[in-house]
Amino acid sequence: MATRTKNTATANRQPRATASAVRTAAIPTEWGQTGAIERLRKMMVIRAFEEKAEELFSLGRVHGTMHLSIGQEASAVGAASALREGDYLLNTHRGHGHCLAWFGSEVQLMMAEFMGKETGYCRGRGGSMHIANVDANNLGANGIVAGGLPISVGVGLSIKQRGTDQVCLTVFGDGGANTGAFHEALNMASIWQLPVVYLCENNQYAMSMPMKKAFNIPRVADRALGYGIPGVTVDGNDIVAVYRAMQDAVARARAGEGPTLVESVTYRWRGHSKSDKQAYRTRDEVKEWQAQDPIRRFGRVLKLAEAEFDAHRAWADQRINEAVTFSEASAEPKIEQILEGIYA
Amino acid sequence: MRELTYVEAIREGLNQAMAADPRVFLIGEDVGVYGGAFGASAGLHQQYGAGRVVDTPISEAGIAGACVGAALTGMRPVGEIQFMDFITISMEQLVLQAAKIRYMFGGKATVPMVLRTPGGSGTGAAAQHSESLENWFVHIPGLKVVMPSTPYDAKGLLLAAIDDDNPVIFVEHKLLYKTKGPVPEEPYRLPLGQTDVKRVGKHLTVVATSIMVPRALQAAEQLAAEGIELEVVDPRTLSPLDEGPIVQSVIKTGRLMVVHEAHKNGGFGGEIVGRVAESEAFDYLEAPVKRLCGLDVPIPYNRTLEAAAVPQVADIVREARALVK
Repeated sequence: MATRTKNTATANRQPRATASAVRTAAIPTEWGQTGAIERLRKMMVIRAFEEKAEELFSLGRVHGTMHLSIGQEASAVGAASALREGDYLLNTHRGHGHCLAWFGSEVQLMMAEFMGKETGYCRGRGGSMHIANVDANNLGANGIVAGGLPISVGVGLSIKQRGTDQVCLTVFGDGGANTGAFHEALNMASIWQLPVVYLCENNQYAMSMPMKKAFNIPRVADRALGYGIPGVTVDGNDIVAVYRAMQDAVARARAGEGPTLVESVTYRWRGHSKSDKQAYRTRDEVKEWQAQDPIRRFGRVLKLAEAEFDAHRAWADQRINEAVTFSEASAEPKIEQILEGIYA
Repeated sequence: MRELTYVEAIREGLNQAMAADPRVFLIGEDVGVYGGAFGASAGLHQQYGAGRVVDTPISEAGIAGACVGAALTGMRPVGEIQFMDFITISMEQLVLQAAKIRYMFGGKATVPMVLRTPGGSGTGAAAQHSESLENWFVHIPGLKVVMPSTPYDAKGLLLAAIDDDNPVIFVEHKLLYKTKGPVPEEPYRLPLGQTDVKRVGKHLTVVATSIMVPRALQAAEQLAAEGIELEVVDPRTLSPLDEGPIVQSVIKTGRLMVVHEAHKNGGFGGEIVGRVAESEAFDYLEAPVKRLCGLDVPIPYNRTLEAAAVPQVADIVREARALVK
């Protein structure tokens, strides 16, 4: 606690997230029951999307690799809930959730991109790690850990120079927080008070490197002190907690008070990518975190009966199945168009 | 026509671009009050303020990334990397982000940014302040690479680069900054991807870039006295390369020499030679082609060694003479 910087009220409001912390905040009044259900469904769509993607991969119908965020859905949906249309998103390679949670996102266009189809968000040229929807100011996922961080500086400068009140949400992981890019970006954003919110999704592992071995401090958010900005740690499996912390950060950014580092403590249930044998962690550890399933947790906050909960999930599955049907019926890119889009 | 130095021409181009378009801004280390390490932005901070001439911490990845992010969201940033050597620290943002974003996003994004940087040796600054890394960028689809050799080309190509909707690496040369030449006062654009024949000749085609253009022209002057006429061809834009005039020149002269400062191994000369070998000019070659390039050595500090590491006028004269004989 000694390293708390400004905005300590927010920092202290949230308990250090651990596998046993299950306190969940009440539903925000501005969401209402309808808004809350919408967000629950969004998390379910993300879960269903990734489970389907995994299935299609194992069937050989999706190739390459993918970085699944199963177990981290509350962080994506909670964060996006604090922003508004017209804001910017710079995303990570584990960013399917943020992409689906972002304004105007269409799940069938994401699925089509996964399947490498011309109708996909990136016409099948990007795939899982590069999904963008520039029209909606979703500036793309990134295959490079922390690759979006230096870019956030430019987005922030651009917002300032154009004189709008937009905010840029920049997402990365605990791994990204150990790069030089993280340092350069947070410092520049801080000295220029840029309207950027840095959301570090600490999912405990940078591929196989445990957070505890890669940092000599207990919280990523403690690094905020070095940049003179607020640092906040929240339980990333609690959608409302993430939303609240992000709200404060977004409000600061929009008011011209500069960036905030929000650490969302969560856990990825699956391996790093499709080739991970997960020798670096135990099954018990995974199970412990699975007991904190952010979707189930929010279902309990909403006091949903089991049947009701299942009905929402069935709705999400239906959306995903439609997306697969759409994607399978979509055309493959043409080889004669391979060179299109390199230069403007 | 009025004469300006190369650095003055660049400054005037920056000034005119900023005056004409509020989306254009400068960002880099010491580009503000200091005016840029070589003076390219002198006075612009006073004229446009710190909001449009942005001094940065020592953060080359950050500078490149700032350009990418601003360009993606509607601005037209002009970044400066103080020495081309330091661009190695920006590579991830330039190669993996700026160059590829448009393609990876299915052609649905544009990254209209310019990154200016001075390359080259000859200032006694040794191995970490003298690099000529242009070919690293030529290798990357999605980037454009411009290398002006005269004040006139510098201003016209800079304004065209700022107008361009793609990321452009704009490579200046420290030894050219003080060279003078005619430069029109009004803004003008020289299209990117247009090779320029700097001197017409009939015995040997010399394709030269950057500082090697004036050196090749001096060599041509000396050799003319011996009755040897060099045709000096300046690609000006290395990527995309306008190879037509090069091929036509070799068809005419039957001989080719490429001169550049960068190391020979893996250098741009190989690309020029390859393009000519693949073209109809191959059948017209009357002698083996020659690559006269920087030695494959880190630029040494010692004055004599430094000069010996890269082609000088006397080297061009000697090699051209041998090739024509």
